[in-house]
Formats: sequence, structure tokens, C-alpha cells
Amino acid sequence: MKKFLGKVLAILWKDILAELRTRDIVVSVLVFALLVIVIFNFAFEPERVGLVACGVLWVALTFAGVLGLSRSFVLEKDKGCLEGLMLCPVDGDVIYFGKMVGNLSFMLIVAIIVLPILFILFNLPIFRPELVLIVVLATIGFASVGTLFSALAVNTKAREIMLPMLFFPIVTPVIIAAVKASGIVLQGGSLSNLSIWLQVMAAFDIIFLVVSSLVFQFIIEE
Amino acid sequence: MRSNILLGLSFLLMVAALYLVFIYVPTEKEMGIVQRIFYLMVPMGWLALLAFLIVFIGSILYLVKRESRWDILAHSSAEVGIVFTTLTLIVGSIWAKPVWGVWWTWEPRLTSTLVLWLIYVAYLMVRSLAADESQGARFAAVVGIIGFIDIPIVVLATTLWRGMHPGPIIFQGGLAPSMLLTLLVSIAAFTTLYFCLLGRRIGLREAEAEIRKMSQD
Repeated sequence: MKKFLGKVLAILWKDILAELRTRDIVVSVLVFALLVIVIFNFAFEPERVGLVACGVLWVALTFAGVLGLSRSFVLEKDKGCLEGLMLCPVDGDVIYFGKMVGNLSFMLIVAIIVLPILFILFNLPIFRPELVLIVVLATIGFASVGTLFSALAVNTKAREIMLPMLFFPIVTPVIIAAVKASGIVLQGGSLSNLSIWLQVMAAFDIIFLVVSSLVFQFIIEE
Repeated sequence: MRSNILLGLSFLLMVAALYLVFIYVPTEKEMGIVQRIFYLMVPMGWLALLAFLIVFIGSILYLVKRESRWDILAHSSAEVGIVFTTLTLIVGSIWAKPVWGVWWTWEPRLTSTLVLWLIYVAYLMVRSLAADESQGARFAAVVGIIGFIDIPIVVLATTLWRGMHPGPIIFQGGLAPSMLLTLLVSIAAFTTLYFCLLGRRIGLREAEAEIRKMSQD
């Protein structure tokens, strides 16, 4: 177990180091998420934007997330990094969890910056801590299948379109649950109303973390 | 020979189902004549699920055993499944217009059928966009597994999200015996049709593979 964790952390550290040196993913994805929010602001009447704020938040995070996920393996594909990774004496699920935790942390950083900006731009009521839990659960869901499909899409002929085509339909339960749950939180709903949506997301996360780590080796094998 | 027997059986059952649907079964009191579409919609929806279950099983067997016949099974079943999912969506819309007054509503079963359709469209796209055939088969198998596991979660999420379908009336004994008989015969007819189409598609695909092999030699 400890050995497994060490290998996962080694892959994670490689991704973080690359990100610190290039700032390739977080900055571009963050700017993209802000752009989505600004464009939504024009698409709806300014008075009604408060009502759709949850929707705007999750559209921005999903679209930005898919962008970051596609970068994740495009960078590996350059100069044969993926082959190098596959030559490492580790199992497929180690590579999967390493990449998954990397994607997860980049998406969380973006979400942590986007949330307060959204609250200020849309004049939303004060921040609630439950929102952090929702964001974490939803982002794990995105990263779990997203990492798998990113590795898949990068090997196909139309990688830009293949990832969203696979990713969006599969994560619909997470999007529904996240929008509903954050709506309940922002309207000051009780924890009991919230718990069913948290359970849906937690179930999705656990199921797809297990299944994705099992099938990941079939994606990267040559 | 065996496929011809299946074809004949499916033809007979289909004629019987049409007779039951249009002549035998009484018209439903509240919804009127449009309710008859129910005997088409339910079997089609069931077939979509059956087809994708076969895709799921075929995908697992392909990844474990690496025999191309499992891939051919999964691929053919997905194609037939997509046809029936599309028909379910179209027939569902035709039913929704007179009953609900709209062609489309974001009702749980309609929404999850649409998501299902999108997942398996992506399944077929993965194959055509893969670098080579064996890679396409591997990738599609992964999507076939993930997609099928996703179905119950999608259904759960959309059901919690909103609801106004005429409930699971079939399972509460709310369906008159004559209607239940019609539904069962119709389901049997469509299920045999599915196996018929699946057999034809697999045969075609095997013939294609053989011709390709001959042209390479």
C-alpha cells in the first residue's frame, strides 16, 4: 500500500513540476472558465443572472475541466512521454491514479479561484462551506472518468472532439447533482435535502474510480 | 437455416402483435387511441437496454479473451441498439405530443434515453476515429463498459431531478389482462426481431472480415 502510494505520488509530482515550470494547464483553464462566466452574463438578462448562477458555475467548471483534461494527455503524447511512463515498472492503475490526482488538483485550484469571483460578479449571498464539499465531490467525478477518456481521446484521430463527446454524456449525473446541490445550498436549504445529491455524487465517484482504474491499462497498452 | 427460422418466427410474432395492438386490445379510456403506441414504445425501450447489456458483456469478454468474435458481437449489438434507441425517442415524442401537449419534455425517462443515445453514438464514433481496428475495438470496449455502468446512475439522477411519467403501472398490476397479453406478445416479437437483426449483422461483419483477409493474401 505504501509502495503504491509512493509511485502514485511520484507521477503526481512529475505533473506538478511540469505545471509549475510551464503553467500550461491551470492558467489557460482559469482564463477560459472566467470567459465562460462573462459570456453567460451577456447571454442572460442581468437581473435574472442570479437565478441561473449555479448553472453558470457548473457549465464553466465542466467546460473548463474538459479543456484541462485534454491538455493532460496531449502533453504526455508530445515527445513520447507516455511511452516513457509506460516503460516504468508500475501497473496501469498506478499511472491512472497518478494522472487522476494531478487532474483533480488542477481542477480544484481552478474551482477555488473561480468560486469567489463568481460570487462577486453575480452578487450572490455569502459563501457557504457546504459548497466546498459539493465542488470536491463533483470534481472527483469529473477527474475519474475524465482521466480515462483523456488517455483514450489523445490516441484517436479527432482528439479535440472525442473527449467532450465521451465525457459529457457520462458525467450528466454529476452535473445534475452538482447543480441541484449548489442550488439548495445557495437558497439556504437544509442538509437533509442536500444529502441525497451528495450520495449520488459519492456513488458515482467510487464506482468510476474503481472501474476506470481497472480498465485504464487497456487504453494505454500498445 | 437457423437464422431463417428466427426470421420466420419473428414475422409470425410481429403479425400477431400487430393484430393484438390494433384489433384485439380495447382502447384505453383516458388517453384514447394514442395509448396503443405504448405497445411499441415499451418493447423498443426494453430492446435498447437488452442490446446495450449485450454490448457490455461482449466488451468485457473481448478485453479478457481478445477474440474478435466478442468485439463483432458488441459492435453489431450497439448498432442495433442505437437504431432502437432512436426509434424509442421518435415514438416517445409522437406519444408525448397528444398526451402532454409537447413533443419533448425533460422527463426522467426521455432524458435518460437521450443520454443513453449520446453515449452509444460516442461508442460508435470511437471506433471510426481510432487509429486502427484493434485499437478501436479496445477503446470501444472500454466505452461499452463505462457507458453501461453509467445507465443506472443516469436514471437515478434524472428521476430524482423531476418526474411526470405514467409511473411503473405495469408492475403494480394496474394493467388489464388483455393489455398485458398484448404487451408481452409485442415484447416477444421485438426481442426475436432483435436477435434476427443481430445475427444478420454479425454474419455480414464476419463476411467482411473474410473478404478483407482474402484481399490481403
